[in-house]
Amino acid sequence: MRHPAVLADLRAKIARIDGVCARHEVLPFGVDAVDSRLPGGGIATGALHEIAGSPELADDASATIFLAGILARTEGPVFWCLRWHDLFAPALHLAGLHPDRVIHVEAGSDTNVLLAMEECLRHPGLAGVVGEVSKYSCVASKRLQLAAETSGVPAFVFRRTSKADQAAEGTAAVTRWRITASPSEDLGIPSLGRPRWRVALERVRGGNPHFWILEGCDATGRIALPAALVDRPAAQEDRQAAA
Amino acid sequence: MTAIPDHGRRIVAAVDADARALGIRPGMTITKARAFAPELDVVDAEPEVDFEGLRRLALWVGARYSPVVAPDPPDGLWLDVTGCAALFSSERALLKDLHRRTGAFGLSLQIAVADTAGCAHAVARYVPAGRPVTIEPGAHRKAIALLPIRALRLPPADVEALRKLGFERVEQLTGAPRGPLAKRFGRELHRRLDQALGTLPEPIEPIFPEQLPRARRGFMEPIATAEAFAQVIGDLAHDIAGQLGRLGKGARRLDCYFHRVDGQVQAIRVGTAAPSRDPKHLAKLLTAKIETIDPGLGIEAMTLVAPLIEVQALRQGESLESLTRRGPDLPALVDTLANRFGQRSLHRTVPRPGAMPERSVAITPALRQADGAAWSDELPRPSRMLARPEPVDVIALLPDDAPRLFVWRGKRYRVTQGDGPERLQGEWWRDGGIEGETPLSVRDYYQVETEAGGRYWLFRLGDGVHAATGSMRWFIHGAFA
Repeated sequence: MRHPAVLADLRAKIARIDGVCARHEVLPFGVDAVDSRLPGGGIATGALHEIAGSPELADDASATIFLAGILARTEGPVFWCLRWHDLFAPALHLAGLHPDRVIHVEAGSDTNVLLAMEECLRHPGLAGVVGEVSKYSCVASKRLQLAAETSGVPAFVFRRTSKADQAAEGTAAVTRWRITASPSEDLGIPSLGRPRWRVALERVRGGNPHFWILEGCDATGRIALPAALVDRPAAQEDRQAAA
Repeated sequence: MTAIPDHGRRIVAAVDADARALGIRPGMTITKARAFAPELDVVDAEPEVDFEGLRRLALWVGARYSPVVAPDPPDGLWLDVTGCAALFSSERALLKDLHRRTGAFGLSLQIAVADTAGCAHAVARYVPAGRPVTIEPGAHRKAIALLPIRALRLPPADVEALRKLGFERVEQLTGAPRGPLAKRFGRELHRRLDQALGTLPEPIEPIFPEQLPRARRGFMEPIATAEAFAQVIGDLAHDIAGQLGRLGKGARRLDCYFHRVDGQVQAIRVGTAAPSRDPKHLAKLLTAKIETIDPGLGIEAMTLVAPLIEVQALRQGESLESLTRRGPDLPALVDTLANRFGQRSLHRTVPRPGAMPERSVAITPALRQADGAAWSDELPRPSRMLARPEPVDVIALLPDDAPRLFVWRGKRYRVTQGDGPERLQGEWWRDGGIEGETPLSVRDYYQVETEAGGRYWLFRLGDGVHAATGSMRWFIHGAFA
């Protein structure tokens, strides 16, 4: 019996089993090109997301602001669990995430960061929980994903100084992103334009990987498509992704 | 100088520094002391009052430093600092704080920390260091070896007799055969020796302040499992929450004492960021620390005390608000994390008026109300800042161009675009800083973008005119988005 209602029902059931944003809302980026690639149309709350930069400090810095931009558009306290001491609060403010909202937890080691994250994720009502680790296991990711599902809080594991080929490990995260810096537009004057990132969606449950060149966060944490690309037909972008 | 009656004569009980300088020692008769200085000012000793003072000091120390404190009359305090260092970041910091504050009362004191009470007792009294002494774990045997035998808390008559037999130092006693000595001096000698060496346990029976909320459970059979402890902690927390509720107060600190069958007392101390009398929350904080308890042969009683309580106001309509707005229970979460990772590891950041970027951010307790201090949103700031600026090799056009190329951590970065300089003046009222930096120093900051698109924050020390402003060397300080 092929009936649309039955299919929709089955899909909902599978989604519930998978825990894919069935019950929780999503945080859209406000950029159609990105949102349309994500199930539900944005970053799912109540789920685990992985973000990585690269061993280059500038790429980790970009990933930090990408993350701050997502959290800037939420409300409530954010717990940022750290191992490193290099997070500089004024930059969060510049991306729209007010430092008053951010509670730093200096946990000291990967294990402790993950413990602290899990504890935070048991508390519903937080805007988000970020944990910076260098390595973590599939089992740990499953625990965090379960905790996030239960409380509905979005969880972000930020893999610091992560090499591009390290991504092969299995993970229970719903999405996996890699943010790297990309050359910005030359303004022709001795000044810098809006930063650009290569935002790669390396893995997404219920969707396909993709990458974009995007302009960095503005003062409210919004990212944007570079002006020259906005009017380009969508088909061309797809070819680019396939190449 | 104080005097105390003894067998129909009066002997010196305690002396001050001046009297000590004259050669007067406790234990002399008053008449002999008067022979040194006829104009001596002698006051009758009041041991009861002294003990009361010691008890008050013990309670104060107990409230501030460690749950397990006991007075050791006439002039000592026992303090079990196991696991208490977390509140002060380190044991050293705890001792320093204790030394400074107690010294501020006008007391002269000597602090020693060791594995065993006997060793700490001996070192505190016979090693006049003038500052806290820490005997490293396992080193107590060595530490007391060279001390005189009276450091072992033996009756003076025994000490005198041992001296006549040629025993001067503790190491001679540890090496000597036990049988003959035990026959002559009884078991007391070896009991004290073993206590100092740690082969015989020496429990500290803690004292509690009266009138504080307290709950106690004694057990018919000793218990030893974590589950049983959690169950009892739940009951105790419930009792104490009831008492706090009647007082209209909430606990800021809780001590849970575990009385072992062998007489040892162990304790868990937890703190809360805001006064609380939620039994579930309090029990959760305590149960998270059960693993630090060594039950030994079993626990026969448990006591829960709230040594620090504060008024917990129930705001009007609070319950309604909490029903409608499902906000997160922040104090509970902050407490849990702070008790696990230490109070200092949890914080928020606030802007601070410092000229240099590394001094422009201060930290504040996680739950302190935001005072609305404004962050500057004019100038770009890196999202990742190096703890210390690192020197880089740079090719740049003088005087004011952004670098064209820099080498950092052995890697070359070719710069395609740049912006700057942004000049930051040193804080002339402050010394120190990074390598070669003087209070007059000037930093010219540049934002540069490399070929790959990464943006870095570089600065050059000095304005190029005055040598005092800096060496014209380049440093990297962070990376932008």
